[in-house]
Amino acid sequence: MIVDIFVQQIINGIVQGSVYALVALGYTMVYGILGLINFAHGEVVMVGAMVALTVLQALLAAAVAPLLAILLSLLAAMAVCMALGYGIERVAYRPLRNAPRLAPLITAIGVSIVLQNLAMMIWGREYHAFPLPLDNALHALGGAIITNVQIAIVLVAVAVMALLLLIVHRTRLGRAMRAVAENPAAAMLMGVDINRVISATFMLGSALAAVAGFMVSANYGIVHYYMGFMLGLKAFTAAVLGGIGNLRGAMLGGLLLGLIESLGAGYIGDLSGGFFGSNYQDVFAFMVLIAVLIFRPSGLLGERVAERA
Amino acid sequence: MTTVADTLLELRGIGKRFGGLAALSEVSLHIRSGEIYGLIGPNGAGKTTLFNIITGLYQLDEGTFQFAGSSYARCKPHVLAHAGIARTFQNIRLFANMTALENVMVGRHVRTHAGIWGALACNRATRDEERAIEKRAHELLHFVGIQRHSNTLAKNLSYGEQRRLEIARALATEPKLLALDEPAAGMNATETESLKELMKKIRDSGVTVLLIEHDVKLIMGLCDRVAVLDYGKKIAEGVPEEVRSNPAVIAAYLGGEVTEAPRPQAGEGLG
Amino acid sequence: MKLHRPANRHLLVALVLLVLPFIIDSLFGHGWVRIADFALLYIMLALGLNIVVGYAGLLDLGYIAFFAVGAYTYALLGSPQFGLHWPVWVVLPLGALLACIFGVLLGAPTLRLRGDYLAIVTLGFGEIIRIFMNNLNAPVNITNGPQGISMIDPLHVGDFSIGQRHELFGLDISSLHLHYYLFLGFTLLVVLVSRRLENSRIGRAWMAIREDEVAASAMGINTRNVKLLAFAMGATFGGISGGLFAGFQGFVSPESFSLMESIMVLCMVVLGGMGNIGGVVLGGVLLVILPEAFRHGAGPLQQALFGAVVVDPESLRMLLFGLALILVMLWRPAGLWPSAQRRRELAPDETVAQQEQETVYDHSR
Repeated sequence: MIVDIFVQQIINGIVQGSVYALVALGYTMVYGILGLINFAHGEVVMVGAMVALTVLQALLAAAVAPLLAILLSLLAAMAVCMALGYGIERVAYRPLRNAPRLAPLITAIGVSIVLQNLAMMIWGREYHAFPLPLDNALHALGGAIITNVQIAIVLVAVAVMALLLLIVHRTRLGRAMRAVAENPAAAMLMGVDINRVISATFMLGSALAAVAGFMVSANYGIVHYYMGFMLGLKAFTAAVLGGIGNLRGAMLGGLLLGLIESLGAGYIGDLSGGFFGSNYQDVFAFMVLIAVLIFRPSGLLGERVAERA
Repeated sequence: MTTVADTLLELRGIGKRFGGLAALSEVSLHIRSGEIYGLIGPNGAGKTTLFNIITGLYQLDEGTFQFAGSSYARCKPHVLAHAGIARTFQNIRLFANMTALENVMVGRHVRTHAGIWGALACNRATRDEERAIEKRAHELLHFVGIQRHSNTLAKNLSYGEQRRLEIARALATEPKLLALDEPAAGMNATETESLKELMKKIRDSGVTVLLIEHDVKLIMGLCDRVAVLDYGKKIAEGVPEEVRSNPAVIAAYLGGEVTEAPRPQAGEGLG
Repeated sequence: MKLHRPANRHLLVALVLLVLPFIIDSLFGHGWVRIADFALLYIMLALGLNIVVGYAGLLDLGYIAFFAVGAYTYALLGSPQFGLHWPVWVVLPLGALLACIFGVLLGAPTLRLRGDYLAIVTLGFGEIIRIFMNNLNAPVNITNGPQGISMIDPLHVGDFSIGQRHELFGLDISSLHLHYYLFLGFTLLVVLVSRRLENSRIGRAWMAIREDEVAASAMGINTRNVKLLAFAMGATFGGISGGLFAGFQGFVSPESFSLMESIMVLCMVVLGGMGNIGGVVLGGVLLVILPEAFRHGAGPLQQALFGAVVVDPESLRMLLFGLALILVMLWRPAGLWPSAQRRRELAPDETVAQQEQETVYDHSR
């Protein structure tokens, strides 16, 4: 089979971008409500992947049906991550809500370090193979290849994002979240329990992170205690790219970042006459970010100018 | 009659749009050296927009902006501060975690010169300049009457003291024109009275004062000349007595009803 | 000797600093002198970042890039990599200058951004520099890629190299001790510069921008230039300490300039007390010593408690470090040793009440 490189990079970009988008949503929701970078969010993704791995291994060993095992391990990962997200907010952010702006950033970094090293103690330093009990068949698509897992990733991501939009725009909780993001003081006067809304936001974002952790592990087939760091960084970039605080912006930003990275990595060699190789892939994410912020500081879909700082 | 020589600030045909909305159109006014000039108008009349254009926070879309004989259209705030326009803010913007003295010392920035090398070398010229800055800052705190709070953090001052500190900080830039954005907002009668004295003192020291105010009574009793804005247009200008009896002004303030002869008290309810 | 006399106190501090490496050496061992050297390097870095973050209020998460620029400048011009062995007194200022230029170049496009956006852009710049250092080994080998550059010339003046032990004043002084004194000198210089800047016209302008940029600009401060100055000064400090680092280590690789290092330096500044030189120094000392202490203590402690090493000491060390960061911030959000102003900020009402009380008492007497 002759693979059309351009189409292949687009497919890879969309798949990777879906993962970025899910993680970016977690950043953007928290930022929208608290005006805070949840630095530990990338580690929540990693914990989600690790928990999914452990549960999946156990269930498969107990000869549970593959599809059921996948579903249960995903749910387990989401539950653990939601509890984790709740805990992080309670311990590291809530006590510092009125503290100098940098204090919660430092506690977030602290949480990040703690989670990474806890994971290293529990799951070790080595790379784990992520078991996939399903037939990961290849399909031809427009002259390129797409796997079952990749199709599933895109579909699940779309479904999850649709569900999130539904929650934010159609439920009481969603309305309260939007109110708090708009004006916390006014929302409180209107009888919104701000603490509950913030907790719920963290839990929702963490659930998305768990899904993303599962996806990225299934896609690459490996899990590692350090996987959350760069992923988190890229996803935050995606959130800023789309306009932080804006849900649709995070989705768009994630997708775009995935595409830019994969196309950039695929073509930089040709463009630079072989001087730069695909190992400069990570540079793209940041170059794009910087360019966007300089020319359009509020991000692609951001309406609010960066006044919250 | 005014001559060109004693006109300090002259605006002609100023226009400013925000999106599709015209905040100001065809506004012209001139402020003479040594006067207290009042700018009044109902909420949303464009007072603060005009004020922000004069102090460089907004850039004008149309018109000319002459200050002390030169054009300053579309200049940044620090350029205008250098040219001699200093301001205060409606919702006080002090350097909250710096002391009162330090706040005023920052105001001296634009009239002093020590750069990074001076700071590093800490040479004689720099030390002398520092001493002069501090001395002047103390004098200004004394001038506005809060010298005993010189070492208090700005945010720990009372509301009235914060207003005074803002004025001292603005005066530290040695302005030709001091622009005050609703300085009496939130003050009680006694505080307003002493603020009035302070403004007269400032004028008598040779600084021209531009005053935006809601409190019509304060404006009438203090200003040498007054302009009235409504819906982004200047509807009247002149000495207070003249403006007070101008039918257009009465209409603007009373919502279109031209009632019987206006009384001074009419303004009280607008504060 | 009266200790409250400032001159005497300074003399005492100087004396302690002078004999400190010998005390450390005899009490804890030679390895800890090396740690003290590193602590001094990090204090310099943290003081540089303090100008940007603490004074001017610009959150920079890519600060380590300037350290890298200084270190690689030294490494490339003083090692077998290109066969260049330029003298230290050329290479070190050159590294500082390059870092300063980078500071301005990176600062200029980001100055319109505020707060967290600035943080993420500077973080991106930091990563870009690291990625370039990692990959500029092909097709033309400049940085030697992930292997890094080794056999870097030691810090030397003429033929006197402090990369080896020397007989001085009848004392046999090791290379680590010599580095300690050199770094101490530089650190004191950086402290002096920081203090002078803090109490200068420029320093006040920085703080004014930190407090309220609009008001600062209305007071006639050219915010763009003054912010660039902060970036440039901070970067210069970073470049100097980077050069010293390269000469001290004899080896540089991109690994030493990861985002984690930027975060470490930021933690020193915030944990110690932003804007306060003493606090920043304290933060630097603690964050270098604590992880080392954990490293040395974690294994033996477990042996004593459980009779075996249960968990990997390395991850336990980082775990405890992370916990310490969280706890200190929860306990003292403004840092361990905040500047006088920020301390007052923490308890505004009490201070004012107390001041008023004092004046009342004065009158009644």
